[in-house]
Amino acid sequence: MAKTLFDKIWDRHVVGRPADGPDILYIDTHLIHEVTSPQAFDGLRVRNLPVARPLQTVATADHNVPTLNQHLPIEEPLSRKQVDTLIRNCEEFGLELYGLGHPNQGIVHVIGPELGITLPGKTMVCGDSHTSTHGAFGAIAFGIGTSEVEQVLATQCVLKERPKTMRITVEGELGQGVTAKDVILYIISQISASGGTGYFVEYAGSAIRSLTMEGRMTVCNMSIEMGARGGMIAPDETTFEYVKGRDFAPKGEAFEQAVADWKTLVTEPDAVFDKEYTFDAADIAPMITYGTNPGMGVKIDQAVPTAGEMGTDSERDTLGKALGYMGLVEGQSMMGHPIDYVFIGSCTNSRIEDLRAVAEFVKGRQKAANVEAWIVPGSMQVRAQAQEEGLDAVLAEAGFQLREPGCSACLAMNEDKVPAGKYCVSTSNRNFEGRQGPGSRTFLASPIMAAAAALTGEITDVRQLM
Amino acid sequence: MEKINKLTSRCVPLPVEHVDTDQIIPARFLKATTREGFGENLFRDWRYHSEDELNLDFVLNDETYTGQVLVAGQNFGCGSSREHAAWALFDHGFRVVVSSFFADIFKSNALNNGLLPITVSEEFLAHLLEQIEANPEMQVSVDLESQQILETATGRVESFEINAYKKMCLQNGYDDIDYLISQKSQIEAFESARN
Repeated sequence: MAKTLFDKIWDRHVVGRPADGPDILYIDTHLIHEVTSPQAFDGLRVRNLPVARPLQTVATADHNVPTLNQHLPIEEPLSRKQVDTLIRNCEEFGLELYGLGHPNQGIVHVIGPELGITLPGKTMVCGDSHTSTHGAFGAIAFGIGTSEVEQVLATQCVLKERPKTMRITVEGELGQGVTAKDVILYIISQISASGGTGYFVEYAGSAIRSLTMEGRMTVCNMSIEMGARGGMIAPDETTFEYVKGRDFAPKGEAFEQAVADWKTLVTEPDAVFDKEYTFDAADIAPMITYGTNPGMGVKIDQAVPTAGEMGTDSERDTLGKALGYMGLVEGQSMMGHPIDYVFIGSCTNSRIEDLRAVAEFVKGRQKAANVEAWIVPGSMQVRAQAQEEGLDAVLAEAGFQLREPGCSACLAMNEDKVPAGKYCVSTSNRNFEGRQGPGSRTFLASPIMAAAAALTGEITDVRQLM
Repeated sequence: MEKINKLTSRCVPLPVEHVDTDQIIPARFLKATTREGFGENLFRDWRYHSEDELNLDFVLNDETYTGQVLVAGQNFGCGSSREHAAWALFDHGFRVVVSSFFADIFKSNALNNGLLPITVSEEFLAHLLEQIEANPEMQVSVDLESQQILETATGRVESFEINAYKKMCLQNGYDDIDYLISQKSQIEAFESARN
């Protein structure tokens, strides 16, 4: 039987299986952070177990960390306690921690790739749904719950039923102003927020191949937003070039040997997927969401759908409820809608290329006076690089605040919240009710679309300013 | 993990599609470092208009409906991997969630915490919701052994699928971790063979 990329990697990692049970899947790298790990460490203590493979476990603090004055103790007591608990757990169980103040600290899905911990062919898990990001390298990477975090800490394995496979092919050239973020928002708008549930997705086609590694990460990152367990892209020269020379990547001869193996990690021509979709890159435009799940998105020049366009009563209810929360009406144009906040950051779009694209776009211009514009880099390394390249000065001159790294206003577990009723154009991955703070209203878009909205103070087609 | 096998209970209807984990338990309540107490904040922003003003229109505040079975719209539990969502539902007293479609990570989190997710057809779900609305006192009987859910008022039965291993775990209150630890030598053999 011809194998898919997914099959090849999964099969290499199956230790065995209980009768009629899920597979025992061996995990190469376990990423942990402060939010989903405390109860798992407690479980180990109750059972008097060590961490099975401490060298295959990487810890960072990201969800709760402030993005201003990170050198000071965290003010919010519960956030501080959670981060302190992580520090204590890492000390007690002998784990490397890239905590606050460490030059490697950052969002867990940003630091894995930048440190060369994320590599083709690996299995990687983390107690965070956006672990799918690492699939951009041709790895099987997925989010797990805390009970599973405990399983992996204790045994380096997780029990998982093998998911079905899906291939999403995007062929052709992306138009002006159309980015990786638009590609994934477009795909989710086409197949819905549940269209990928039960599947592991491989992205393929010339439009996907043409993306940089950071663009590929953005696409894979949001696989979970269509319900998929994960997304992946076959490794190629772009991948090898990105990985080469990074801190934890293999070096010299070991690298060459690894590349020879990684080149075999492709879907065979005759392999069969459980489901396939094909899209034309020319049909993709800069995207914006109007609703309260990431599948509720439109091309920037399209209107909000109407109840009449919905197929079922429950879809009509969902639309009505979402528009009520968002303060929008069916059939209205998205363009020109006033906004209050812009958030550029999160594990979807906080990498150096995102910051470069924004800086280049806003250079010599000014944000609208009524807009608060936050740029939160994904890691200490991204922030340092932005400073080295002088992006910080360009952004500051345009009125954008470059803050310190963390998850920030993606889910607002730290102080960075969008106030109730306010509108935010966000490069994060979720527009759920209250996601950016209770009552906040989120429009998801690409970094340059967010930057365009910051300049004009309203939802804007970035192409009009290019 | 608490065992679950048979249960007969009234139902709490939540006919909303795409109920995401941020609604089940908002992020600001994820800061606890233990598993307890999440029930208080289950559906917090739907339950309350403000800090202390209850939203009397929300079903959890409506005395008409009660029970250990939550009946929800399709794509329940989408979004985050936060197991806190399953803990909050369990802590509140739910033992079963019925939907026509569950998000994957939520489903496995539920199964790992003694909360049984039952996937039914859209048609059965619509019928069940109608019956509950017409007769809020109606009960459903869930039998994990025969993998069936029964509407007591109408006698209508729907079968559901569950992985045989996960079924055994729920019936006996076993955790996956016990099983994995028992496989230690096999895991070590796998590691040596790769190196």
